[in-house]
Amino acid sequence: MKFITKPSKQNIKTFLPTGLVLAFISIFDVFVNAFFNYNLFSFLPSQLSYFLPLILGFTGLYLIRIEFSGYRSLDILNKNINSSNFNALLTLLTVFIIVKSIPPLLNWFILDANFVGNTKEDCTGDGACWVFIKVWFNRFMYGLYPNAEQWRINSAFLILFAVVGVSFFVPTKIKKYFILFLIFVYPFFGIKLISGGSFGLEYVESAAWGGLSLTFIISAFAILFCFPIGVFLALGRRSSLPAIKYISIGFIELWRGVPLITVLFMSAVMFPMFLPDGTFIDKLIRVLIAITLFEAAYMAEVVRGGLQALPKGQYEAARSLGMGYWRMNLLIILPQALKLVIPGIANTLLALVKDTPLIFVVGLMELAGMIGLAKTNPKWLGMAMEGYVFAGLVFWIICYAMSRYSQNLEKQLSTER
Amino acid sequence: MSKIIELKKVNKWFDKFQVLKDIDLEVAPQEKIVICGPSGSGKSTLIRCINRLEEHQEGNIVVDGTELSESTKNIEKIRAEVGMVFQQFNLFPHLSILDNCTLAPIWVKKLPKKEAEEIAMKNLTRVQIDDQALKFPGQLSGGQQQRAAIARALCMEPKIMLFDEPTSALDPEMIKEVLDVMVDLAKGGMTMIVVTHEMGFAKEVADYMIFMDEGKIVERARTKEFFEKPKSDRTKLFLSQIL
Repeated sequence: MKFITKPSKQNIKTFLPTGLVLAFISIFDVFVNAFFNYNLFSFLPSQLSYFLPLILGFTGLYLIRIEFSGYRSLDILNKNINSSNFNALLTLLTVFIIVKSIPPLLNWFILDANFVGNTKEDCTGDGACWVFIKVWFNRFMYGLYPNAEQWRINSAFLILFAVVGVSFFVPTKIKKYFILFLIFVYPFFGIKLISGGSFGLEYVESAAWGGLSLTFIISAFAILFCFPIGVFLALGRRSSLPAIKYISIGFIELWRGVPLITVLFMSAVMFPMFLPDGTFIDKLIRVLIAITLFEAAYMAEVVRGGLQALPKGQYEAARSLGMGYWRMNLLIILPQALKLVIPGIANTLLALVKDTPLIFVVGLMELAGMIGLAKTNPKWLGMAMEGYVFAGLVFWIICYAMSRYSQNLEKQLSTER
Repeated sequence: MSKIIELKKVNKWFDKFQVLKDIDLEVAPQEKIVICGPSGSGKSTLIRCINRLEEHQEGNIVVDGTELSESTKNIEKIRAEVGMVFQQFNLFPHLSILDNCTLAPIWVKKLPKKEAEEIAMKNLTRVQIDDQALKFPGQLSGGQQQRAAIARALCMEPKIMLFDEPTSALDPEMIKEVLDVMVDLAKGGMTMIVVTHEMGFAKEVADYMIFMDEGKIVERARTKEFFEKPKSDRTKLFLSQIL
């Protein structure tokens, strides 16, 4: 006996509206429950009313699962989220979880959150205490850098953004001078501006640097240097000269095999013991070198992947035209290999940015480190959640921007149209 | 007549497998030589030794007065004089056709960009793809790509051109357009060594035919003689199968 006829084009006129209404009621019930804390079916036994949205939605989705219905949007819907009973169930659960989780998140982030005031005591609501971020914002951005000198960090970054911004609009011929300036002149100028000690600028020791600006400084320097070193290591590992080959392999395997936190610790604590008395290398510089070499080893392996993906014919064609090793690699091989591994490069650089908080082991405080410091302040205990949510958000924005840029670059450079 | 390429008792091994056995070969300027033979007979390896994409272990190879050996410092100079066309075209996919053609003249021969572009356009016109100059290799048909590869080699203004099965990776209807370019080149007086199975082309342009089998030169003869009165039985068998 056929209890329910299978949904099909013949009975679409009754099944489709019924199904839609059932599915709507089911989601509406969960919505009202989540947002207004009111149970539409409270007159039913509690277990039944608990599962009712699921039952209604499931039946509704079953009724609208009509193949070749003639309605384009219904077909797309069925194909993507309602292709079988199991998929229908997953769809319903996903929708319920999203609807259910919006109100508490909304409450914590905005509706019950506290924005006004200057102390922890001003946070009387149940939600997040954004006052914490507001009060400490300056520290989160600049660390312990003296307030009166912060214009130097600001102007260093403003100049950077200005140069980068302008370089997008100048003709290609002048563009390369911008790039050369950014790589060879700007880093040293920027560091000098921030550290001071000459040109009438007050000296600010690197232990006072911190916050998001330190995250940027470390990331930028490490990216700038680890990339060329990585490329050389990758070429070295494939070299036909045994000395260069084995030095490269040794270097890569050594740095890849050690945790970053160990490397940082060694650079800050053990390395100075090997220096002759009286010589002193700034802690920040030691840490920068450590991170750069560490990430360069990873970068080398990513680039090597690209080199190996190129057909042998490309090398032979370049050599048959009379190109030597360097011309072949710089003009033919690397441009193609690097383009192939843009996703891998982006991956490594994102990991680099997210690894910067580890410098806390040597006492340097970038964004996450400063937040860790602020939350242990006796006047601000219990603010870990707000702090780390803020840090997560900032890191996510940075990394997402980098990721989008790399995708953009991939599209721009693609010649296989 | 002085020889532009001379090979004496050349032997080569891949590990323990001997690919070239006592190869003797002399090529005079402007001569066209076609090498044929079954696959695995060492034809490609032989011509790749001439611009040292492969190294030989015994014997002498002299190209344009310079002996190729381990210590040849100016191997790049020799390569710049010896153009090579590959079975798989090997165009540089990240550069436009024009840039493919100008890259080596600019960076190896140090020509000014404008002059290099003029030479490139001249050669692209010669192979009849000047209208494709600004496209990328991936946008061209196989026949067009191979003609672009020939133009790229010509832009270095080589004295010798090596062709390594230039039509084997092409659709039948594209083979002719590439062969036409090669015939035109031969008539222009270029020294050419061509590995190919296109016997029609060989009959039309080759001065000498060379038949190789199992790493040895089995037969070397004037083209007419080679096709009409082959001496060795192995050559006869091969020709009966291919013609």
